[in-house]
Amino acid sequence: MEKYRINPDKGLEFGIYTLGDHLPNPETGERISAQERLKEIIEYAKLADQAGLDFFSVGESHQEYFATQAHSVVLSAIAQSTKNIKIGSSSTIISTSDPVRVYEDFATIDLISDGRAEIIAGRASRIGLFDLLGYNVRDYEELFEEKFDLLVKINEEEVINWEGEFRAPLKNASVLPRPKNGFLPIWRAVGGSPASAIKAGYAGVPMMMAHLGGPVSVFKRTIDAYRAALQSRGFDPAEFPVATAGFFYAAETSQQALRDMYPHINEGMKRTNGQGFPKQHFAQGVDPHNIMNIGSPQQIIEKILHQHEVYGHQRYIAQIDFGGVPFERLMKNIELIGTEILPAIKKYTKKK
Amino acid sequence: MKIVGLSGSKVGSKTRTAMNYTIEALVAKYPEVEVTLIDLAEYNVQFSDGRNFLEYEGDTGYVTKTIMEADAIVIGTPIFQASIPGTLKNLFDLLPVNAFRDKIVSMLVTAGSAKHYLVAEQQLKPILSYMKAQIVQTYVFIEESDFHRKEIVSDDVLFRIERLVEDTVVLTEAYGKIRAEKDAEYDF
Repeated sequence: MEKYRINPDKGLEFGIYTLGDHLPNPETGERISAQERLKEIIEYAKLADQAGLDFFSVGESHQEYFATQAHSVVLSAIAQSTKNIKIGSSSTIISTSDPVRVYEDFATIDLISDGRAEIIAGRASRIGLFDLLGYNVRDYEELFEEKFDLLVKINEEEVINWEGEFRAPLKNASVLPRPKNGFLPIWRAVGGSPASAIKAGYAGVPMMMAHLGGPVSVFKRTIDAYRAALQSRGFDPAEFPVATAGFFYAAETSQQALRDMYPHINEGMKRTNGQGFPKQHFAQGVDPHNIMNIGSPQQIIEKILHQHEVYGHQRYIAQIDFGGVPFERLMKNIELIGTEILPAIKKYTKKK
Repeated sequence: MKIVGLSGSKVGSKTRTAMNYTIEALVAKYPEVEVTLIDLAEYNVQFSDGRNFLEYEGDTGYVTKTIMEADAIVIGTPIFQASIPGTLKNLFDLLPVNAFRDKIVSMLVTAGSAKHYLVAEQQLKPILSYMKAQIVQTYVFIEESDFHRKEIVSDDVLFRIERLVEDTVVLTEAYGKIRAEKDAEYDF
């Protein structure tokens, strides 16, 4: 765990992530400019840092209604304006990037942030960026596997000799600069299915599991599959952190939380995926055994502690801002996390 | 209310003929309904490559988006090689798994003989159920002998088409009301 800058004795880590979506606020129909949205995201990271949260990450999406295509540039600004919080991507689409350039960027962010940068590498849930960036979607799987392997190799070896299908060979190449402590935590992003988790296990890398909603117990199968795959390849699961990522919203009551959040999720998903989120499914999100962390601060504390008991994971990251959520509501959520939720979670999950 | 009539084949004329009758009956009885007829013979729809339906362009994008925006879909299909035509199956493959959630889907089937009657029951309905459609259970089955020179010559079939149209609209209205009431009850 230490290798990945995680100390489980200190309790479950709590973070925030944004996909960098740039959607209208359905309550007003208005959309702020991309510039305002980017500045809000940087401000959001600052608040998370000040509230004592452990992690903040920004996603890479190249489709319409997103603003953080150049997510590493955004993270660089966040590196400069925060002090203690760990920062990362959620996710970096390694399939359509050059791992050498990605590593250079994140090692640089690591130096600027004084050793706080991490990479979460994913395969992209939408495929428009393959056309945009000049890749063939038929190579979807191989592009990811080859480039992810190379990224991990660059992290582990200072002098690289490598040959592959999708990039020119590297001969005695040094990828510089090196990160502050010589190594970056590099996670594999997993969409929630066991089949995908197994690949992270085979690769012997930490797993970041994203989820929409559903029973906590169903996602346990994914985490079990990951740990079993680690073991099958001779890795010790106790050395590899697991993180979960999903919707979060705290308000005075669970009903208020549902009211505040639902239109943003529903309208945002209609625009980005073409289908809304059924109310029936969303209403189940407040159930103590549903993985969505929506409710009053006390209910959320209980939900997260239940998840921790079932998963034994090391980090949870919350998505609060999807779908044009007004900034004052994000501020309120950070405040509730910092003053009520985080202290309780740390208290009950740290080693005594 | 938006209803899409979908003629699911590029081959022959029976399904399109029957769909024309269906659309006429729909427009005559429910002039307030917004009706669109999509005859797959008139569009150049590509094979599904797994992308999100919003990302298809041209005819494929038009067809997928029009279907996704509908409240109800009347599917007209012939039976080929003991199944639905590939054109229709491809359309299903282009759409998300929950594409027909909160949508009403009804069916009209044309075939050379009565031997094909159960194909829709055993092959089309399971696909629609999987994609979460609210299905109008009774479908109109039309045989070769019901047609003559691109006209339907059986009053029985014409009455059935009228009833299919009514059932589709009634179920769409009823389901829409029930869904809206239930959604309002959630109070968020």
